[in-house]
Amino acid sequence: MGVIKVENVTMQFGGVTAVNNLNIEVEKGRIEALIGPNGAGKTTAFNVITGVYAPTKGNVLYKDENITGLTPDKITKKGIARTFQNIRLFKNLTVLDNILIANHLRIKSNFMSSTFRMPWSKREEKQMREKSEMLLDKLGLLTLKNEIAHSLPYGEQRKLEIARALATDANVLLLDEPAAGMNPSETMELSSFIYNIRDEFNLTIFMIEHHMDLVMEISEKIYVLDFGQLIAQGTADEIKNNQRVIEAYLGVDEDA
Amino acid sequence: MIINKKNKLILNILLFLAFATIIILLDTNKIGDPYIKRVLNLSAIYAIVSVSMNLVNGFTGLFSLGQAGFMAIGAYTVAIFTVPLADRAKIFYITPQNPILAQIELPFVIALILGGLLAALVAILIGMPVLRLKSDYLAIATLGFSEIIRIVFTNTKSITNGALGIKSIPQMPTMWVFFGVALLAIFIIWLLINSSYGRAFKAIREDEVAAEAMGINLFKHKVMSFSIGAFFAGIGGGLLATLLATVNPNQFYFTFTYNFLLIIVLGGMGSLSGTIIASFVVTVGLELLRFFDSPLTLFGVNIPLFRPGLRMVIFSLLLMVLVLFFRNGLLGQKELSWKVICDWFNRKKRKKPAEGGRA
Repeated sequence: MGVIKVENVTMQFGGVTAVNNLNIEVEKGRIEALIGPNGAGKTTAFNVITGVYAPTKGNVLYKDENITGLTPDKITKKGIARTFQNIRLFKNLTVLDNILIANHLRIKSNFMSSTFRMPWSKREEKQMREKSEMLLDKLGLLTLKNEIAHSLPYGEQRKLEIARALATDANVLLLDEPAAGMNPSETMELSSFIYNIRDEFNLTIFMIEHHMDLVMEISEKIYVLDFGQLIAQGTADEIKNNQRVIEAYLGVDEDA
Repeated sequence: MIINKKNKLILNILLFLAFATIIILLDTNKIGDPYIKRVLNLSAIYAIVSVSMNLVNGFTGLFSLGQAGFMAIGAYTVAIFTVPLADRAKIFYITPQNPILAQIELPFVIALILGGLLAALVAILIGMPVLRLKSDYLAIATLGFSEIIRIVFTNTKSITNGALGIKSIPQMPTMWVFFGVALLAIFIIWLLINSSYGRAFKAIREDEVAAEAMGINLFKHKVMSFSIGAFFAGIGGGLLATLLATVNPNQFYFTFTYNFLLIIVLGGMGSLSGTIIASFVVTVGLELLRFFDSPLTLFGVNIPLFRPGLRMVIFSLLLMVLVLFFRNGLLGQKELSWKVICDWFNRKKRKKPAEGGRA
């Protein structure tokens, strides 16, 4: 069953068509990837799914519910959370605060009872803290909870961003280049990390990635985008040998 | 000394007792004089308004410059409803007061809260369209709003008495009114920014895109912060009305907001304690700078620059120096706490023996 369905989505900016008639169906519980050369429209596709842009044409469905045109916060509330290509943590706040903020969307107390520390709000706050610390513990970040986010090493910042997305109680995680700027050993660690969280939290993971070894290793299905057009989809092996994909990445030999 | 919960409580009680003693001594005229009391009361009011402005600008990251407008609403509400009925005809001698308002007199506390609520209500109405704007545009729009309020108040003569202003506003017999409300207001804002909603505000300040992606409804939280800020600015305005006993539209000229902007930049955008310290430093400082406004004769030579207005030149220069060299202000986003003070002292103590050893 497809958790996220992108149906005939076209996204135009003025005269530029960033994504053209895109169809994607991400299966529940799988790790799938979206690849393509620079400027192919991958992040635009992500932005359409997460509500940053409303598509010019077409629909986005989550669990068969039409979520096209909803604002990003509403989509996150439904259970789709994301990370960003260039890490966007709440830099000057602590690791724990970053996670707590991601818990805020499920808050039941209103601002009055929360401000005046009503008993039920205090209980809620305590539960939030416990839940956040448990999450940090599971991901091995608990010892860093009082550190300021921007002071963390790069790899940990990436991890924290994923943790923050998880803290929204997401079912689907959209990772925008999670391995960007990582060396091979960090990338290896990340791939097992992604595997683990998928199993631990019953997630569906859809990611954009440039590190081909990571993509080929962990994704069960790969979509290839070029100039806004879906040119191929399939398993790692199918993609590796697809002529159009090779052309898109290496260019067509003019003499041939 | 080590800071634990018990020590902290003791220190807090001691601090409060010291604070209360000073206020009681001032109140019973054992120390100080009316001028000093007035400046201190004004500082307390500035602290409320600056903290409320910092909630919006420093903690939520919205560049709003509408504080003078919200203060005007609070000030006029107190003025209109607390002036004794007997004095009304004397004040509204050109345009008679609106017949309905002319019959209503409210106790000060009720009028004060009503002023705050009206300011918050206006903030919600203004915020709906304006808070969709970003940084500079928001600043311009809120600045414009504050001018609109002032001009409306100049022209609604049967309600606000126009440019003549409202006089004979009953004054408060004790400094506790100002300092009590200031303590309460700052405490509430402190509670708010340390709640889950406060964290959401900070998230918006840090990164709007990420905050929205984490499920925070930007618009709702911005309106919330903006209107709570306006509420306390309205309260500050109401206190100002009773302190000065008179309000007129020109007090709320948009440049009034710059005082508070200076205070929060000086104290640190995103620091409550910094803002409170800066409120007192700036308010007292502005009074001390009055020295520049009066002619000065040194050794029989009249120094030409010393004339009314120089004070504001110096004030502006200070603001420039501040943004050039101390962009984070006094405390940046940090808070002054017993722990910080204690660490500072401990560090000094540790340094001393080391220096002695070297010698």
